[in-house]
Amino acid sequence: MASSSSDAAGAGRPGGSFRRPGDRVFSGLATGAGVTILALLAGVAIFLMIEAWPAITAPAEDIPGGEGLWHLIAPLAFGTVLGSLIAILLAVPMAIGVSLYITHFAPRRLSQTLGYIIDLLAAVPSIVYGLWGIAVLGPAAVGMHRWLAGNLGFIPFFEGPASATGRTMLVVGVVLGVMILPIITAVTREVFSQTPRAQIEAALALGATRWEMIRMTVLPFGKSAVIGGSMLGLGRALGETMAVTIILSVSGAVTLNLISSGNPSTIAANIALNFPESSGLAVNALIASGLALFAITLVVNMAARAVIYRSEQALR
Amino acid sequence: MSSAKSVEVSDLDLYYGSFHAVQNVNMTIQPNKVTALIGSSGCGKSTFLRSLNRMHELVHGARVEGSVILEGQDIYAPDVDPVAVRSQVGMVFQQPNPFPTMSIYENVAAGLRLNSRRMKKPAMDEIVERSLRGANLWEEVKNRLERAGSGLSGGQQQRLCIARAIAVEPEVLLMDEPCSALDPVATLAIEELIRELKVNYTIVIVTHNMQQASRASDITGFFNLEESGKPGRLVEIDETETIFSNPANKATEDYVTGRFG
Repeated sequence: MASSSSDAAGAGRPGGSFRRPGDRVFSGLATGAGVTILALLAGVAIFLMIEAWPAITAPAEDIPGGEGLWHLIAPLAFGTVLGSLIAILLAVPMAIGVSLYITHFAPRRLSQTLGYIIDLLAAVPSIVYGLWGIAVLGPAAVGMHRWLAGNLGFIPFFEGPASATGRTMLVVGVVLGVMILPIITAVTREVFSQTPRAQIEAALALGATRWEMIRMTVLPFGKSAVIGGSMLGLGRALGETMAVTIILSVSGAVTLNLISSGNPSTIAANIALNFPESSGLAVNALIASGLALFAITLVVNMAARAVIYRSEQALR
Repeated sequence: MSSAKSVEVSDLDLYYGSFHAVQNVNMTIQPNKVTALIGSSGCGKSTFLRSLNRMHELVHGARVEGSVILEGQDIYAPDVDPVAVRSQVGMVFQQPNPFPTMSIYENVAAGLRLNSRRMKKPAMDEIVERSLRGANLWEEVKNRLERAGSGLSGGQQQRLCIARAIAVEPEVLLMDEPCSALDPVATLAIEELIRELKVNYTIVIVTHNMQQASRASDITGFFNLEESGKPGRLVEIDETETIFSNPANKATEDYVTGRFG
């Protein structure tokens, strides 16, 4: 952000002499916006560091749980990543499919309506998704949980015993997946629809079928958007609080078992549940877990940037 | 090698929704000849060209009436698959459009990999080399086949697109103003290539450049509008020499002598 706005300012200053007042005002505003973002990010990071510091330096037995900060945060981080991973695995292929349908298969009028509906999904508050998860999807999924435990129990994910309430990591993952689907779809749909016509025609004129045309032009063109959109969605899933807090039945266990009633909590849900009753060092410990979430999100985003960058450099 | 075929166009009418773009075209496109289509902007020559490989219908609301017969088969018959038509009738576009995420080699091989055709690497290598040689590009790119096609100059990119089109050995090659984005040197290279390609292909080229039509084509067709809003029509088609020296129609004469358009 900041770098691109300073580039723009540089371009408007040939030879460093006269500058129009309008250009100066605009470049000032743009630079200001860029700097503000950086300052906000730095401010959040500094706040988290300062508030987390007492918990990081405190002796292990003073941390809630009595086993130190690592033992408090690691299971939460595990639960956070696990739930978000399920969500991403479900939502990304679905989002790509929906976007392709809207941009290249659906009749014109239908594709517009469908686009509006998807955007509406993004506007549903997360508490509503949470209520839907616990009141509808959870109970409805109990039978499927039993079936998974009975038939696919040899896979660690479905080891069982199946939860009787459906308040499991699997249901949380599905609800998070539904929540982030519209964000990913909105981004990928927009970019898929901007695939250059010249490339689409080049593929079709070679005798490509519609699917081959999509594989040759639309998907490569939209690749970085798929990754970028997924990261936006992942960010929301990692930080999602209400839906997880409501749905998940928590035991604090670190397990890959997705369908039992004993699940690791997530960082955000744990903060929401415990913050009101905490005081002193317990608050610092919770903020330290927030710092961990911040770090996870940052690392995931940087990894995604690296993937995009490498795929762009591959053909130079 | 591929065998060039003639194309028989009868009573062809082209529409965009309710707009009648091209009216009642009849022509025979001869094999192993270069047929140039000239005419002012908006007269429907590009639209007509795109109807020859069923690209016209990709525009929302576009319609076709009449018939285009390629090798005894009407390409607009209900049981004909447009995908099959397009692999028989190749196309080169106004703007060079190599696939930006593919290397030079992959660009040429792109058509060979379609429709789940399987091909061994040596056979593929051979076709890629032959197509690049056919497009007069081999010597320039043989040492950097794995580089991106978009790194080439405009003229090289256009020859890459021609190599890509001839790699699938079409029977007819359509070119929609293939030189309009190129400088004069690159243009001459492409024109020379067009003359070489007609040994193996039937070529139809749309051009705004009358020198180009007179230099590169054997047959020239002149498209015109009676007035704006009316559909374009094929006014006259004849040997290129006749069109440029002694056309039958007054409008053609005005156009080729530069008194019009």
